[in-house]
Amino acid sequence: MVEAVFNIIHAGPLVSVQDLGRPNLMRYGVPRSGPMDQKSFAIANAALGNAANSPCIELSTAGLSLECIKGAVTLAVVGGGFIVEAGDQRLGSWTVLTVKAGQKLTIKPGPWGSWSYLAFAGQLDATPWLGSAATHSQSGQGGGKLVSGGQIVVQSAKILPNCEGTIPCPVWARPRHEIHIVAGPQDRFFDEAAFDALLRQPFRLTDAYDRMGVRLRGPSLIPKAALSIPSEAILRGSIQVSGDGTATVLLADHQTTGGYPKIATIIADDVDGFCQNRPHDEVRFKSILPQAAVELTRRRANAMAVYLSGLERRRQEHK
Amino acid sequence: MEFPIFRPVADHAVLVEFGEDITDDAHAHVLNLDRALSSAPFTGFKEAIPAFVNLLVDFDPLLTDHSTVETALRHLMRLPASEQSQSQHREVLVCYEDLFAKDLAAIAHHTGLSQEAVINAHLAGDYKIYMYGFAPGYAYMAGTPKSIQLARKPSPVRGIEAGSVIIAGAQCLVTTLTMPTGWWVLGRSPTRILTDNPHQPFLFDVGDHITFRRISLAEYEAAKAQ
Repeated sequence: MVEAVFNIIHAGPLVSVQDLGRPNLMRYGVPRSGPMDQKSFAIANAALGNAANSPCIELSTAGLSLECIKGAVTLAVVGGGFIVEAGDQRLGSWTVLTVKAGQKLTIKPGPWGSWSYLAFAGQLDATPWLGSAATHSQSGQGGGKLVSGGQIVVQSAKILPNCEGTIPCPVWARPRHEIHIVAGPQDRFFDEAAFDALLRQPFRLTDAYDRMGVRLRGPSLIPKAALSIPSEAILRGSIQVSGDGTATVLLADHQTTGGYPKIATIIADDVDGFCQNRPHDEVRFKSILPQAAVELTRRRANAMAVYLSGLERRRQEHK
Repeated sequence: MEFPIFRPVADHAVLVEFGEDITDDAHAHVLNLDRALSSAPFTGFKEAIPAFVNLLVDFDPLLTDHSTVETALRHLMRLPASEQSQSQHREVLVCYEDLFAKDLAAIAHHTGLSQEAVINAHLAGDYKIYMYGFAPGYAYMAGTPKSIQLARKPSPVRGIEAGSVIIAGAQCLVTTLTMPTGWWVLGRSPTRILTDNPHQPFLFDVGDHITFRRISLAEYEAAKAQ
């Protein structure tokens, strides 16, 4: 077995192992987890020809610095506009390169984006929990958070010269400032003024931003009455409003249930681009009907499929 | 309002509501639809999440859409309730020793009962799992007898250990994480809710009935050591 081993010189907060997450367990209180930006994660694995569910390292703007101490491996850094320093090369994210024993690899925030994905051509050693290596941030179960002083081991490490080089960053992988929402499921608890404010005024992400969710700053969306609804399931993308009118968008590691009303829900595909905004970035919400949301999702999925097949063709041609 | 109500959620889910207030009838409808779905899922079904009065049904928007899903769910609801996969009865062990029962004296004080009477009342309850929430394995049960129902404490207490048996109002819960809580701590359970069994990773299903069985400190330690 060919191994590549890295020492973790520095890992900031919110740097963790993620795969596609744990579906079908929300009924037991387990959030799906998995990548904050699902499309960038998928592209990172596809760039190396990895299986879609291969564990990767999700990087926050806190950055990561590694030193390869054994072996060599080709890796992809995809998502956000991050800076990648490897040996004497200085690159942007959306790149595939090979790192060898004795070389350092540093990934830090660049001009834009909040999340990037580091995928390896090989198998990243990560402990699964409930069938997934994704890290559950509250309990630390799964592959876990990366900590300075720790180690990363990649089994069956491969060198893939045909994959190396930059890969195109599609426009839809950039931060999204116009966010499509579908009203509800508790839109009836809000009056027209609150809805007007939601749709006509800008909101900003705040520093209260982690893998569970992000609090927004913007107009107050006070519900019509002091309401308590029996706890019910929440989804990634729910816009939950607390009693004082503050909106919070729930993200990958959200609690599975809650009793606050949800004025609207972001369509799944826009959550990726929403997450790539940074604190203080501005977003505007655009309400669409459920059927239009389904059609938009299908067009977007089509664009992603076309992009992925282009990536695969390039990989084959370079062989 | 006429129930059930189907509310679209984003591009990929439907929330099926069976009432506004928590009632046994609303929850029975939630369970029936949940069971019907698990035995006959529609094309594009991903997962269903039962709660007190509603069921969230998540689907793949590349394969289906809200109105097709609503039609499929209405069809399932017209079928007779399944006789199979009825609720299980499960037993949870609980040790009420002072070491664990941090609020037993306070509960006795607030209810005017002796500590032994509080324990007996808790043991006499017939509990049902209504939903999971908050964190992995947090199974919300109702069925705490009226005589020991107390409102939540005014502010949460930190560091309540995993395995604590806690009550608030009609609710009862066995915690799986060490965390702050404003609920009243009545004892500690060695029963594993996260089972480590890949075929049944969680001990309870929503709808299961639970009774508690009292054990001594020695029995607690023996059970923990297993």
